[in-house]
Amino acid sequence: MVWSDVTTEPIEPGAVLGRVGGASYGAVVLFLGTVRNTNDGRPVSGMEYHGYEAMAQEQLAVIVGEASEIAGGAPVAAVHRLGTLALGEISVAIAVSTPHRASAFEASRHVIEEIKKRLPVWKKEHYVDGRTDWVKGIQPAPETAP
Amino acid sequence: MTVRVLFFAAHRELLGTSETTVDLPDGATVGELVQTLRARGAPWDLIPSRPAVAVNRRYADGSHTLGNGDEVAMIPPVAGG
Repeated sequence: MVWSDVTTEPIEPGAVLGRVGGASYGAVVLFLGTVRNTNDGRPVSGMEYHGYEAMAQEQLAVIVGEASEIAGGAPVAAVHRLGTLALGEISVAIAVSTPHRASAFEASRHVIEEIKKRLPVWKKEHYVDGRTDWVKGIQPAPETAP
Repeated sequence: MTVRVLFFAAHRELLGTSETTVDLPDGATVGELVQTLRARGAPWDLIPSRPAVAVNRRYADGSHTLGNGDEVAMIPPVAGG
């Protein structure tokens, strides 16, 4: 079971957790990414997340599928938020359940690292001094031919 | 043929638009599309010469051959999470 979404609605971690787990799993990992109040020493007041939504939906589904494969077909759920977020708000949530802990951590790590490399999402930081700036990102690599 | 080109984030702000359409010779590549756009002059020459590009929502390289009606997106460096 895999599930993913890219949404402008606030993320409910409990709802994401509810998509994984069960009696055959001995480990559940929940990762939350949240908006931090500083970046590179500059005080941050909030964050705007922009996305190429149709592609982000497809890419996140692919990434979550890869993570499930890493974890031997275990359930993986991930959601990424778009829109304007306040400090401390959740921008991404990833839940994985596996029989044993190691592959749950590994699969969860795969999702967040690949989001940072591949998901067509951009963030504009709002600073306390009123200025804004696009967060320096990573240039995605072309897909290798199948 | 004609392709639709989408812009996001910093590119969208630099260009002041979220999309454009471009007429290209049949068989044109992603690289040729980028050259054609940049040749329009300011502000289009602010597009990087080798940007990350998605064709029909999949990352593609500069040698990818385009087709009529393709949805091509210029992808600035991504910063999700």
